[in-house]
Amino acid sequence: MLRIPCPFCGPRAEIEFRCGGEAHIRRPADPDALSDAEWADYLFMRGNPKGVHFERWFHAHGCQRWFNLARDTVGDRILAVYAMGAEPPAGLRREAEVRGDD
Amino acid sequence: MTEGVARLAKGGRIDRARPLRFRFAGKLYIGYAGDTLASALLANGIHLVARSFKYHRPRGILTAGAEEPNALLRITRGDGRVDPNTRATTLPLFNDLDAAPQNCRPGLRFDLQAINGLLGPLFPAGFYYKTFMWPASFWKRFYEPRIRAAAGLGEAPRQPDPDRYLHRFAHCEVLIAGGGPAGIAAALAATRAGARVILAEEQPQFGGWLTGEGALRARIDGEAPDAWLEAALAELRAAGNCRLLPRTSVFGCYDHNLVGLLEDVADHKFAPAAGEPRHRLWKVRAARVVIATGMTERPLVFPANDRPGIMMAGAAATYLHRHAVLPGREIVIVTNNDSVYGLAGDFVAAGARVTLADARREIPDSIALPARNRGVELLPGTLPAGSEGRLRVRQIHLRSRDAGTTLPVPRACDLVLVSGGWSPNLALFAQARGELRWDAELAAFRPGPAHWPMCCAGGANGTRRLGEAIADGLRAGAAAAAAAGFEKPAPEPPSVEEGPAWTVEPLWCVPGCSSRERGEAFVDFQHDVTARDLGLALREGYESIEHVKRYTTTGMGTDQGKLGNLNALGIVAGEKGVPVPAVGVTTFRQPWTPVPFGALVGANRGPLFDPVRRTPMHAWAERAGAVFEDVGQWKRARYFPREGEDMQAAVQREAKAVRASCGMLDASTLGKIDIRGPDAAEFLNRVYTNSWAKLAVGACRYGLMLGEDGMVFDDGVTARLGEDHFHMTTTTGGAARVLAWLENWLQTEWPELRVWCTSVTEQWATMTVTGPKAREVLRPLVEDVDLGRDAFPHMTFRSGRVAGVPARIFRISFTGELSFEVNVPAGYGLHVWEALLEAGAPHGLTVYGTETMHLLRAEKGYIIVGQDTDGTVTPFDLGMGWIVSKKKGDFIGRRSLFRSGMRRSDRKQLVGLLTEDPALVLEEGAQIVEDPRQPLPMRMIGHVTSSYRSPNLGRSIALAMVRGGRERSGQRLWVPRLDGPAIPVEVTSPVFYDPEGTRLHV
Ligand SMILES: [Zn+2]
Repeated sequence: MLRIPCPFCGPRAEIEFRCGGEAHIRRPADPDALSDAEWADYLFMRGNPKGVHFERWFHAHGCQRWFNLARDTVGDRILAVYAMGAEPPAGLRREAEVRGDD
Repeated sequence: MTEGVARLAKGGRIDRARPLRFRFAGKLYIGYAGDTLASALLANGIHLVARSFKYHRPRGILTAGAEEPNALLRITRGDGRVDPNTRATTLPLFNDLDAAPQNCRPGLRFDLQAINGLLGPLFPAGFYYKTFMWPASFWKRFYEPRIRAAAGLGEAPRQPDPDRYLHRFAHCEVLIAGGGPAGIAAALAATRAGARVILAEEQPQFGGWLTGEGALRARIDGEAPDAWLEAALAELRAAGNCRLLPRTSVFGCYDHNLVGLLEDVADHKFAPAAGEPRHRLWKVRAARVVIATGMTERPLVFPANDRPGIMMAGAAATYLHRHAVLPGREIVIVTNNDSVYGLAGDFVAAGARVTLADARREIPDSIALPARNRGVELLPGTLPAGSEGRLRVRQIHLRSRDAGTTLPVPRACDLVLVSGGWSPNLALFAQARGELRWDAELAAFRPGPAHWPMCCAGGANGTRRLGEAIADGLRAGAAAAAAAGFEKPAPEPPSVEEGPAWTVEPLWCVPGCSSRERGEAFVDFQHDVTARDLGLALREGYESIEHVKRYTTTGMGTDQGKLGNLNALGIVAGEKGVPVPAVGVTTFRQPWTPVPFGALVGANRGPLFDPVRRTPMHAWAERAGAVFEDVGQWKRARYFPREGEDMQAAVQREAKAVRASCGMLDASTLGKIDIRGPDAAEFLNRVYTNSWAKLAVGACRYGLMLGEDGMVFDDGVTARLGEDHFHMTTTTGGAARVLAWLENWLQTEWPELRVWCTSVTEQWATMTVTGPKAREVLRPLVEDVDLGRDAFPHMTFRSGRVAGVPARIFRISFTGELSFEVNVPAGYGLHVWEALLEAGAPHGLTVYGTETMHLLRAEKGYIIVGQDTDGTVTPFDLGMGWIVSKKKGDFIGRRSLFRSGMRRSDRKQLVGLLTEDPALVLEEGAQIVEDPRQPLPMRMIGHVTSSYRSPNLGRSIALAMVRGGRERSGQRLWVPRLDGPAIPVEVTSPVFYDPEGTRLHV
């Protein structure tokens, strides 16, 4: 069970949280402008990287706040937490881009 | 009942003043406080304790610890306290302990199924997989019943568990697994540094090796090791920042240093004291973990190496030195390493004749001479080649290592001690994803880099001498504390006098093991896996060690291969002609030792299994004789039977009363969300399919929420209390889900919207007064609201006082009748409820439950999300296109909803069904077909979602989802059933009662 550093409450056990899947998938501003395939891509397609993964977590049994979290899917180490709407730390983003190719 | 035949007159760490009486296989015996069940059995000359899993071979006590694969017994201590698969080697003896062998019929000495052993060739590796290839019917009728009857270890108890189990959460800087010398040293260093320390030891006493053979083999600071041990434990006990947990097994190391501990609080007694839990399960989050779990001795793999009386040498040392038991008098020790030489002399001193057969040709004099001087017969370059003896070993065959030159020589014996070397105990380290590194000198794996903040110390870290282990522990404890913020140099290690480190020459398997002449050579004792099985798996093409493991089931017993895994790797490496580390290791999984279900469940059973939510009117409903149903965690009154009524009768009466005069329902469980903020209307526009911008203050509107996939997700009525203020209702089961959904969109997608959501479900008590007389019932209690038809029209809301209490009254209806939903602060709920009952009495007000609510809404064709919908249903499928706004712009689910496929006319659509026989009530969930005479499997075109006997229509009614249902209106379809002919039904509109809705607007 992970120990997740909630940016609002501090470190808490994973059972208090709910994972909201991949982060940084913005809802298209004008869904009507999208083809069915593009819409399906937004709706269903998610990355499954080996390495750095940016994901959303919700502190359901705590402060009820959403935040972003970077996790290494290989060893489950938590690399960073950052606010909703913020960009991931630059170093991690570069690492994710490099690893994303394999 | 006499003193055990194999008990020595003096020595050991048992309390001869405290004899304990116990039973084994029905017979009474005597042991002492300080015994384990295994040592007490051995003291009484009992080796044969079990039959093996697959072949039902006689098996004895092999080890003295948690790694025991054979001595698994059923322990009974009164009603309900029956525990299968209990390791005799770790269970402390207590008075009236009753142990029985398992897996044998009719008895241990004569087991009918031992014939499986003779049929060995029929049960090779992969037997179970191979049988699956035979015809399924044969498997089901023939093999499965037989295998189930024959196999399996132990039997689950049949009575409820009478004991209590508790969970405890804890945090510490340094958790140490294992209370031997290294673990104690680590605790000393970390405690002195000021860290919070937990030291867990699975045995009742701390000290590990020092409480057995080690006490004789070394001196610490010029004294017997006991002095150091006692001083160290006294210091730890006094420190205040170190928690000592004896009888506590560290069973799992999980991610982020979550560590699972199983504390035996009362399991070592006949029964827990009043109020005492039997086990306590600890979930410890540790900044650092130190693994000081020592080493485990490996067996040697040679033919017939599994007879009772064949025992691990280190275990025999424990029985001799800790329990004063001499498990045999004619002893042959077979080994490939130095660790048994001292012990061999100890057994001579205790009165046994000892032959030591060492596989190594060259034994240095520094090792050999002291043993010979103590009277040990030493045979270098000698291998075990087989054994004899039906229920106990009576002969061992020895042969020279230079095969072919000599034939095996039988040698009489009553005890064979085996040592194949020692492996660091790295299960916990590897569970926590630590890497293992091969160490050729140890002939075993040592810890490599850790994944989580942890390290190994002492034997687990590969040290072979006491002095090194203590120094390593001190170092590890200081380093762990420092890493957690408690810096202090490691204490100076004590000076230790001891012999040289043992050396070993790996011997994974005695050559010639594949011959069956002298019996099978067992690698995994618990699962009866032999060296031949491993070879067979490889020949059949299983390359990966993980596949070999699953095919042969080696290492898959309750002992998790603690003894056999490395030998299995060595044998596989040998067969493949590669070095051992090239084979790889199988995944180590939690738990290290079995954890009882009771301990995992803890207090979460019975009334504490799940929280119960009750409405403010619950106590009244109980008094009124309500029958309750669970809706999520809520207890809801389902119906209120009168004398002699069953559910059917009560519901028919309640439903009739509502439409004839009036009824009242406790609707407090409805989800309620208070939504405020200047952008609240815009927010609702985005989460509901219809338009909310122009909803007038004081008005209510029904809304459907969709998922982004266009499917119905929840529904409910929302009222506009003010410009910036809404009161949203949700389904009872969907309340939490909807609030989380709203928060998700607000926080992650639309943070610019100024909207705040608050759950107020439990703040309001809600009672629905419904029926043609509803207005008359309510009127005398309402002070400041005009209930008139035009002053307070359908789908509006008013604030006022009801029975003297501030209230929100919603004129909305889920029955199709004139309805008022009265919401009052929860604390006033019962008061208002009782006032309404009184006011309603002259009008025949009838309290009804959820079952009647379901029936009444079905008469009107109102859906229940989750009953009539299932996550694949759109508003169009429900015939609710009217609620989907085409003008307001985007909303959640809109893009998916307007895909062309979503408007196909052959999608399943909501319809009504009327059986041709009005008395027949369809079964909910039943499938619907066009032609009941078509061959199987029939083409199913829909299913029944709701079905009731309607008293107001005088017949049965049903709702269903049917392909292209609306176009089928008037068509005859069929509902097949298993227990009778298919039922003909007619497709109709889903609205059965008052289709014009005139009763709503009175
Ligand atoms: Zn939080």
